[in-house]
Amino acid sequence: MATKASRSAARLMISPAVVLLLGWMLVPLSLTIYFSFLRYNLITPGANPFAGWDNYYWFLTDPSFKAAMANTLLLVGGVLLITVVGGILFALLLDQPMWGQGIIRIMAIAPFFVMPTVSGLVWKNMFMNPVNGIFGHIAQGLGLQPLDFFSQIPLLSIILIVSWQWLPFATLILLTALQSLDQEQLEASEMDGAGSFSRFLFIMLPHMARAITVVILIQTIFLLSIFAEILVTTNGGPGVSTTNLTYLIYVSSLLQFDVGMGSAGGVIAIILANIVAIFLMRMIGKNLDA
Amino acid sequence: MARNVTTSRKSINTIAAGALGFLMFFPVLWIVILSFKTEGNAIKAPLEILLNTGWTTESYGAVQARSNYFKHFSNSLIISLGSTFLGMLIAIPAAWSMAFVPAKRTKNVLMWMLSTKMLPPVGVLIPIYLIFRDLGILDTRTGLVIVLMLINLPIIVWMLYTYFREIPGEILEAARMDGASLREEVIHVLVPMAIPGMASTVLLNVILAWNEAFWTLNLTAAKAAPLTAFIASYSSPEGLFYAKLSAASVMAIAPILIMGWFSQKQLVRGLTFGAVK
Repeated sequence: MATKASRSAARLMISPAVVLLLGWMLVPLSLTIYFSFLRYNLITPGANPFAGWDNYYWFLTDPSFKAAMANTLLLVGGVLLITVVGGILFALLLDQPMWGQGIIRIMAIAPFFVMPTVSGLVWKNMFMNPVNGIFGHIAQGLGLQPLDFFSQIPLLSIILIVSWQWLPFATLILLTALQSLDQEQLEASEMDGAGSFSRFLFIMLPHMARAITVVILIQTIFLLSIFAEILVTTNGGPGVSTTNLTYLIYVSSLLQFDVGMGSAGGVIAIILANIVAIFLMRMIGKNLDA
Repeated sequence: MARNVTTSRKSINTIAAGALGFLMFFPVLWIVILSFKTEGNAIKAPLEILLNTGWTTESYGAVQARSNYFKHFSNSLIISLGSTFLGMLIAIPAAWSMAFVPAKRTKNVLMWMLSTKMLPPVGVLIPIYLIFRDLGILDTRTGLVIVLMLINLPIIVWMLYTYFREIPGEILEAARMDGASLREEVIHVLVPMAIPGMASTVLLNVILAWNEAFWTLNLTAAKAAPLTAFIASYSSPEGLFYAKLSAASVMAIAPILIMGWFSQKQLVRGLTFGAVK
């Protein structure tokens, strides 16, 4: 039984972590909100007058904001579609009896451990470069016009690169869920005459539902913040065709030094992420009770 | 498994899964191959590279000579190990007390810690950048150790908490009944049981810190740049650099790839905050 003394000792042991995280959250967050109401540019020093909602107005009515929102949604949605559908199929396949499953799994999850700048540059140069990349060489070998990925289908190219990085994550989590499925349940349904498709639809898929939701939510949190892959491949271009919200805020804050505008964008990004976070937290919180 | 599986079915599975696994792994394999070619050979057609070109290790030497690769490598090493070590130091007592002396608020504290992880980094980029500038820790390893420790602290606390919670309290009571002092109880009973969980936590967080590419890119320039930022410097087109880029990339991802393969299981647990085990 916990005594009073051990309670206060416990509080003392938690406090460094709590104080640090509280500071890490509150200080920058309140500064971002504060800056978002100022006319504040690092290139023009001097007073930073109160600007009301101006920064929000300019940020939200800027045509590049609309483009960035659309790109963010396409990027997140596209990667989710590919990784979740691909992850389910891949997990189902890996769950089958086979030889060398360990080796195959190790190969399949490797992309997740490749740092974002490396995967961006490797895909951009070694694969998608129309002259020297592998895809270019293959197209030439077949007598086709090589595709210039980053000028013809820039956003789709980034979606493909990011999907390559995240497919292992989805696969690994869905495979873990699949392996916890009760084999007897499957055998029973088989004896009752259920085909493999109905076994998948009525037993495996419902069993994986929770894991699928977790994959979607966690990936969304990370995918909203995709940055390095864009920085090293397209710099957000051509034009703003691969600029997502994160990249747009980066441009206005660290390239145009517009602290006020960047902060307004930051507040909007925080609100968007929080909408996703609420659902995720609810899922994880439920698990904590069990 | 009780079901009978025919050999042909098993072969088909192996071939299909093997082909997919190989495709996923191919980009990594390809840069390993290119890193042992000359720049002139590295841009030839794939089949020609495989069949008609010699092997060389000159790119590895060139990467080091051209840009002091080991400085960036040691930056990565110091930043990822430093932030993980510091995070463990702060998280162990917190997770420990939450697991063994749970209070009414423990769950709320845990959920709140998790919520700090949901804050998009770009939302606090400007304040952190300005604070770091004013403190003079922009482009320093100290600055990055602090930031990476803070962004990974919730994951460390959570992982440790889920591991510690699995240590049965009865064993502790039994030790106490046998007359163990608190010190003996911690050293001889708790620590040995907690070490595997702590080791996996360290492993996963070193991986996450090593690959972190938002703060490392935005808060460093030449001096403290870890490998993520160093590799990004190859994004400017400067003629033939495929072999050097490959060599630099292979050295940057090799240690983490190996660590990652050992931590597959912990990865699922750590990144889903215990929601999938």
